Amino acid sequence: MKGIITVVGKDSVGIIAKVCTYLAEEKINILDISQTIVSGWFNMMMVIDLSTSCHRFEEIVAELNKIGEEKGVDIRLQREDIFNSMHRI
Amino acid sequence: MISRVEVQETNKMIREANLDVRTITMGISLLDCADSDIDKLNDKIYDKITKSAENLVKTGDEIGNEFGVPIVNKRISVTPIALIGSGCSASDYIKIAKTLDRAASEVGVNFIGGYSALVQKGSATGDKRLIESIPEALSVTERVCSSVNVGSTRNGINMDAVRQMGEIIKEMAFLTKDRGSIACAKFVVFCNAVEDNPFMAGAFHGVGEKERVINVGVSGPGVVKRALAEVRGADFETLCETVKKTAFKITRVGQLVAQEASKRLGVPFGIIDLSLAPTPAIGDSIAEIFHEMGLEHAGAPGTTAALAILNDNVKKGGVMASSYVGGLSGAFIPVSEDHGMIDAVRAGALSLEKLEAMTCVCSVGLDMLAIPGDTSAETISGIIADEMAIGMINSKTTAVRIIPVIGANVGETVEFGGLLGYAPIMSVNKFGCEAFIKRGGRIPAPIHSFKN
Repeated sequence: MKGIITVVGKDSVGIIAKVCTYLAEEKINILDISQTIVSGWFNMMMVIDLSTSCHRFEEIVAELNKIGEEKGVDIRLQREDIFNSMHRI
Repeated sequence: MISRVEVQETNKMIREANLDVRTITMGISLLDCADSDIDKLNDKIYDKITKSAENLVKTGDEIGNEFGVPIVNKRISVTPIALIGSGCSASDYIKIAKTLDRAASEVGVNFIGGYSALVQKGSATGDKRLIESIPEALSVTERVCSSVNVGSTRNGINMDAVRQMGEIIKEMAFLTKDRGSIACAKFVVFCNAVEDNPFMAGAFHGVGEKERVINVGVSGPGVVKRALAEVRGADFETLCETVKKTAFKITRVGQLVAQEASKRLGVPFGIIDLSLAPTPAIGDSIAEIFHEMGLEHAGAPGTTAALAILNDNVKKGGVMASSYVGGLSGAFIPVSEDHGMIDAVRAGALSLEKLEAMTCVCSVGLDMLAIPGDTSAETISGIIADEMAIGMINSKTTAVRIIPVIGANVGETVEFGGLLGYAPIMSVNKFGCEAFIKRGGRIPAPIHSFKN
């Protein structure tokens, strides 16, 4: 199962590092990553492969939320299907 | 691969424009629960509902969490209870209503629909007993919703039932007068009722349905309004295309959620109901869409045309997005559940008569409108008869959910709380219709040639 992580918020040092470190510990592979910074606002999207993780979806969501709170940004994990459904026929 | 722009668009709809899935409703057939022993019947009903829906709320929440889209309500609809209880005595119906309430509470759903009777052509014994019990049933239960189908294009309108509807609406208003006559908010009178409606208060599980089924109601007036804001001032072609594309996207989310819920619960997928259902929240309003289209207020000249455009294009966009479309499918125009409609009533822009005209082109009917508590039962029946006639002649579903608020007068506001919202008391035409309503009998089915 693929998931999409989005990170939105004010830019600061180490946001990507923090998220990537957590994902590596969880054995979650990053398939794609892109980001922009507009006027100091950080906007990142990551496609990840959840099939190798040994934790449940909601546990990963909770951990990512915790990282988001620490860094003062909004981090969300959603299954890729919602975006495919909405934007692909 | 999905682009960042597409991901952002979806998440903006959810975060900023109130995109949600309004309800996952599990339809459950109770036909095999019928029993002349009321205790056995109640046990069977309770067991079947609590077993069938034990994971409904949990599964709905899990799916909402994984897709990142709120699933606001998880609900249950059952076979019309008039059929299930027809072997029991008159006093047993209240016990069945209490059992439904208890089962709904046990599985954690906020409403259970199906305390219903279908009497478009006439009432059998079970129907009569159920209808007589509705006021008490709705006043002693919290989560039970009730509906009565009094007309259809095939059968005409049962005017005896229409007369009785006015009487029981007054009675249930009186029984719950200390709570804003709230029982009336849980009761709908239908013409051409549909058997797979996931929305309350009119949901029931039709006899032509499977044992269990998952029906999903989508929503998203806020998303449509936001999309229209981006094409402000453009011509009608652009307007319609924008509504269509937006409805497609909204419905695809509903379809995904419905299929996932169906798979996890092991219950077949029924239909998606393509309805724009507002809530009292700012930015989640049908009236705001009218405003965005260029009307000063809902109810201004042009409102019926605007609603026709909205309703038709939501269907056109939504139909391709789902494998099965059903239910009521269209735009809902409840007054109390839409702050823009409430504002329009307060500004004097929206009257009961204009709402009636609007129901000719939208999915349901006169919904969640509060009227003075001293309105006579015959006048309420007259309002119902008018709305049923619109449904019968135009081969569409129409409904009336009207609340005569005991002790309240025009200009006052009644608060229902939660998704039911609050409503200003609307004025009702003062001229009588008593002699018309008292005639009794049935209006014959209409002719469907010579269309004009």
